[in-house]
Amino acid sequence: MTNVVKRFPGVVALGGVDLDVLPGEVHCLLGQNGAGKSTLIKVLAGVHEADEGTIEWSGEEVTLHHPQAAMDLGVATMYQELDLVEGLTVAENIFLGHEPTRFGLSQRTAARRSAAALLGRLGHPEISPSVEVGTLSAASCQIVSMARALSRDARLIIMDEPSAVLDAGEVDQLFRVIREVTAQGVAVVYISHRLEEIREIGDRVTVLKDGRTVATGLDAKTTPTQDLIRLMTGRSIEYVFPPKPEVATDAEPVLRVEGLARTGEFDAVSFDVRPGEVVGLAGLVGSGRSEIVETIFGARRATTGTVRVGGKTVRPGSVAAAVAAGIGLCPEERKSQALVLGASLASNITLATLPRFSRGGLLDGSAEVEAAEELLESLDVRPRGVHRESRTLSGGNQQKVVLARWLLRGCKVLLLDEPTRGVDVGARSEIYALIRRLTDEGVAVVVVSSEIPEVLGLANRVLVLADRTVRHEGPADELDEHAVLDIILKGDAA
Amino acid sequence: MSADVTKAEHTPGEPVAGVAEGAPATPSAAHAGGPPVGGVAAARQGGLAGFLSSPAGRSAGLVIALVLLVVVGIVTAGDRFASPDNALTILRLGATIGVVSVGMTFVISGGGIDLSVGAIVALSSVWATTVATQTMAANYHWVVMVFAAVAVGAACGLVNGVLVAYGRIAPFIVTLAMLAAARGLAELIAKRRTQIVRERGFIDFFGGSVLGIPVLVIMFAVVAAIGWVLLNRTTFGRRTLAIGGNPEAARLAGIRVQRQTMYLYILLGIACGIAAVMIMARTTTGTSTHGQLYELDAIAAVVIGGTLLSGGRGTVVGTVLGVLIFTTLSNVFTLNNLDTSTQAVAKGAIIVAAVLLQQRVSRTRST
Repeated sequence: MTNVVKRFPGVVALGGVDLDVLPGEVHCLLGQNGAGKSTLIKVLAGVHEADEGTIEWSGEEVTLHHPQAAMDLGVATMYQELDLVEGLTVAENIFLGHEPTRFGLSQRTAARRSAAALLGRLGHPEISPSVEVGTLSAASCQIVSMARALSRDARLIIMDEPSAVLDAGEVDQLFRVIREVTAQGVAVVYISHRLEEIREIGDRVTVLKDGRTVATGLDAKTTPTQDLIRLMTGRSIEYVFPPKPEVATDAEPVLRVEGLARTGEFDAVSFDVRPGEVVGLAGLVGSGRSEIVETIFGARRATTGTVRVGGKTVRPGSVAAAVAAGIGLCPEERKSQALVLGASLASNITLATLPRFSRGGLLDGSAEVEAAEELLESLDVRPRGVHRESRTLSGGNQQKVVLARWLLRGCKVLLLDEPTRGVDVGARSEIYALIRRLTDEGVAVVVVSSEIPEVLGLANRVLVLADRTVRHEGPADELDEHAVLDIILKGDAA
Repeated sequence: MSADVTKAEHTPGEPVAGVAEGAPATPSAAHAGGPPVGGVAAARQGGLAGFLSSPAGRSAGLVIALVLLVVVGIVTAGDRFASPDNALTILRLGATIGVVSVGMTFVISGGGIDLSVGAIVALSSVWATTVATQTMAANYHWVVMVFAAVAVGAACGLVNGVLVAYGRIAPFIVTLAMLAAARGLAELIAKRRTQIVRERGFIDFFGGSVLGIPVLVIMFAVVAAIGWVLLNRTTFGRRTLAIGGNPEAARLAGIRVQRQTMYLYILLGIACGIAAVMIMARTTTGTSTHGQLYELDAIAAVVIGGTLLSGGRGTVVGTVLGVLIFTTLSNVFTLNNLDTSTQAVAKGAIIVAAVLLQQRVSRTRST
């Protein structure tokens, strides 16, 4: 594929990507979160259509406007979020969409038999084709997903972080199968954050950054790690971060997290945040960072540990208690977790502050609209209009609305999970400036971001997470992007 | 959400439609100070489709449908239809199911459903007319009966609400179970016999009229007005729409989603208790067969009124208009000597047409 461009409203997700994959090779895609890897494979799989550029398949130009079109060509995709139907059996999932049939009746026995053969080939004969997928472990689901890709006689298999949920033995098994299929001339596009895996299985590497190809056709075995990290990190877009004022080290911490842990999600974490301080949590998706802030917020119940705001322990597992204590959260998924999309901007903004606008249970509509208008104005949310449905706004403006909700409430502690995901460059710097304004007023802020420069640029102190554990804690000034990536990647290797 | 009321005032002075003003009249007065939400939306989207998709436009569509029905009624049944007596008959018939439908609007707006309303009405009516309750009422005051009916309704709603909110069982299942259990309990208590209301005071009060308007109709109007204010002008209503629109967002904004959900079912249970009082007054009986198919009638009225079945958007005015449309429809059919089977077919067609229209409208909104 050459010069592929994919735009989403307000964001250019891919801004010119070149990629060529040879038969029988394992082509690795490398890049930070948000570099466009997932978008790229969705374009390849026909989920999204490219806005510009061409895709050639065996020398012929093709348009993939539907997943079925890609499948017909022989492209099979294993997505990161598993796309299995829980209520169906293993065999039904493997052959979903191309069930073996005779006279219009599905051949259940034939399907089960072929499924068993595929699972055997993958080294997992113990997975029964007739059990429901919902009862399987995450690793087994990955195997079923793999079997599904194989069942289609694919000529190109795309694997988006297949090893994320597998243990070492299972990864070896996966690699054995990859070698087997590539020996038969099948090409594999392999995405992983684990450099040592890429070294072991990969033939060539393409590096993506900010939606562009920065290097392609690198030798997977010999390219030095330092070069790869440099390619992944060197920024084409420079974000402007406001200056960080000194935080008084003797000030009493506003937020004090002690030994907070959730079994299976993250190990005990302890940290303090002082008034006006920004603490950043850096780590990859799945490192436990979102789980940590959601647990602080009471949206998940901690297994052990305490959260204190201004010296008082917050009742665990209760969002209402956390909000009452002065904590606010801008969650990772704006649309599903933060906004009532069909409701007006005004009612989204006042959602956490309703009692303030209520006189004996009756809402003071005009006071509400006035407060919302003032905030929309000061945050420069566009287009204007407090009565506009929140679904009509772009990502950056939606994020401002979520921030406005907590500004109105006046939080002591603000937890920001991926505050600039899907936010365009202009709105980003506005959001950064806003965070600074809040810390100037003495708010304690915790920022989670996949983008390491963002964490480093905003935070006074940084906690680096890998494999659900804090690997490093220290002042942001003493770290750079390479060092953080190094901790994360080495942590994975450990 | 508020400008829809202004449309209701444009109804011509036909007997039926004329009284239709009666119900939402109070809300429109309360609305006077509010911002012109619907007007802004309509102006922005422009065109007929844009207007129809605005709250005002949606209610206008219902008013037009109601007016058409009235015209059909006058043409086919003449004076028998267009008389004040007939108008009051329609309203009296619609009042009971109307009260239930207003309550149902809240549950559906909050993302739930309740299939047990008819059974709760039956159980409440039976409980309030048992010998024990009526003896107590005779000794003290007939208010005891009203209290019994409302308390039974609220208790059933509490059970529904607790199971849905804290037991995390699908509302469809919980209320299906309540449908079976409540009607069964009503049969056990009444031993399948019809219990007669012997309290004269009760019948005189609820069967009477004030200034020529039956008390039952006034009750409906009051419930609708309270419902409108509650949904559109209180934190309770705002929270209801938030948990229906996006429960996760509501939870992460600090709203106690489970508690709010429970309140909604209790509210509907209370509405069922009030409906039981009304049906007892109208029929002077309490029986386990009261309220048959109320769940379907109420859901139908709510849905054609414009409340989203998936939650997040609700309109009490639309529900009231939906109830009036269905009641007027069956009145017109009855006056023309068409049987109930034909009515049922027409009702089904109307529901499908209304929901199709709603879907088209929501599609134009989302694109």
